[in-house]
Amino acid sequence: MADFILRALAAGLLVALIAGPLGCFVVWRRMAYFGDTLAHSALLGISFGLLIDINLQFAVILACIAIAFLLVQMENKHHLATDTILGILAHSSLAFGLVILSFTDANIDLMAYLFGDLLTVSNTELLWIAGGVFAALILLAVNWNSLLTITLHQELAQVEGLHVGRMRLLLMLLIATVIALSMKVVGMLLITSLMVIPPACARSFSSSPEKMALSASLIGCLAVCGGLIASFYLDTPSGPSIVVSAAVLFFISSLLRK
Amino acid sequence: MTKKLLEAQNISLTIEGKHILHNVSLDIDEGQIVTLIGPNGAGKTTLVKVVLGLLEPGSGKINRRKKLRIGYMPQRLQVDPSMPISVKKFLQLAVQARPENIESVLQEVKALHLLTSQVHALSGGELQRVLLARALIQDPQLLVLDEPVQGVDISGQAELYALIASIRNKHRCGILMVSHDLHLVMSATDEVICLNQHVCCHGLPEQVSNDPAYLELFGKKEAEALAVYTHHHNHSHGLDGEVLDDKHSGHKHG
Repeated sequence: MADFILRALAAGLLVALIAGPLGCFVVWRRMAYFGDTLAHSALLGISFGLLIDINLQFAVILACIAIAFLLVQMENKHHLATDTILGILAHSSLAFGLVILSFTDANIDLMAYLFGDLLTVSNTELLWIAGGVFAALILLAVNWNSLLTITLHQELAQVEGLHVGRMRLLLMLLIATVIALSMKVVGMLLITSLMVIPPACARSFSSSPEKMALSASLIGCLAVCGGLIASFYLDTPSGPSIVVSAAVLFFISSLLRK
Repeated sequence: MTKKLLEAQNISLTIEGKHILHNVSLDIDEGQIVTLIGPNGAGKTTLVKVVLGLLEPGSGKINRRKKLRIGYMPQRLQVDPSMPISVKKFLQLAVQARPENIESVLQEVKALHLLTSQVHALSGGELQRVLLARALIQDPQLLVLDEPVQGVDISGQAELYALIASIRNKHRCGILMVSHDLHLVMSATDEVICLNQHVCCHGLPEQVSNDPAYLELFGKKEAEALAVYTHHHNHSHGLDGEVLDDKHSGHKHG
């Protein structure tokens, strides 16, 4: 089998491994729209990264963090519902990104950033993804119980001596990192689906948070395999094919439940 | 060594121009049950947060005993149904939890049968017991209970209050409890603080229930309803409402 397919498979599986357990928190804490907003701001990061010539994945993480802080500021200042503010931030940051991109003379493939370009993953990129995924997995595992506790009841966690602020920051950083790492796999417009669909699918047959996290990883990996096979034999775009196969798995699981 | 666990002096707190607490003082001793009562919006939960250290008072002072271990039972726990978690795992997450503790603490709150149940599927009364168990796992010197009987039917409420009184007797911990009404907490309480931004009146339950400030705050009719709750039943109800023989009942009215 061609090298590029193996590299694509490895990158996709790695991202699915971390997107599953992290996505469980996104689902439990009802942060799906928050994740989507951060993903939209990724293009802003890309544009700035090109403009000032820094590592693009790093630029994406920075943009995600900046938008998350802006969100907190706006929540405190305006009498608007969070989803309204998220809507403003998501679309204006995407639009800003596109406008700024027009000022750079870089000749980039916009579609690749929006919808992923898994089949062109290079060895260097694969190494970056592997390093990032393992670091994120370790951080998630070490702080697993603390993150569960703050998700269940923030004040109870605080009384029991946990640093709630630090944990929330960690969760945000992990989400930003996964977004940066999976740009290449499914693209910024589809990233949230990798964090939301596998956990939603895993929920119906999980009886503990850990089982749900592991199942979500496995389902994500299945979706990546299914999507790549479809992409290879039917010549469909790889990122959307992965999301389609995740969605198919979700509908099968909800049918099995009844 | 003094018996005092915590001492709050002249606590005032203003949030966004609204006076939430004004010059509130309270003491809690070992083995003492202090009940905060007051209408909605009286600042009860805010005061609890100040005591727990979750909120900084605008002015005033809080002295806690050194390394005071606090067990906190929040007003409600809303577990998103998307999160599968058993009662056992929920209790294991407590910072001080040891495996042998979990079953004995559940036994103590009479909820051992819930060990493998999913938290989001518990009834109001069951959830309150599990939350109480979580607070007890910390082996607390001070238990802080924010409306511990919320969402529990009236007979279950009396049973929960009896349970709280027995916990105090067994563990000799101090208890700070928030309640809407005086009726059911009467027998278990040593000190009642009637709060409405400031301390309206305080003292023994019998004193407070006759205090003009209390009568004004809750209305005479409400205060008279006390009499209803001091009569004697020939039976009592379990947590799920089933009728229990008096011989086996966990509590007595009146």
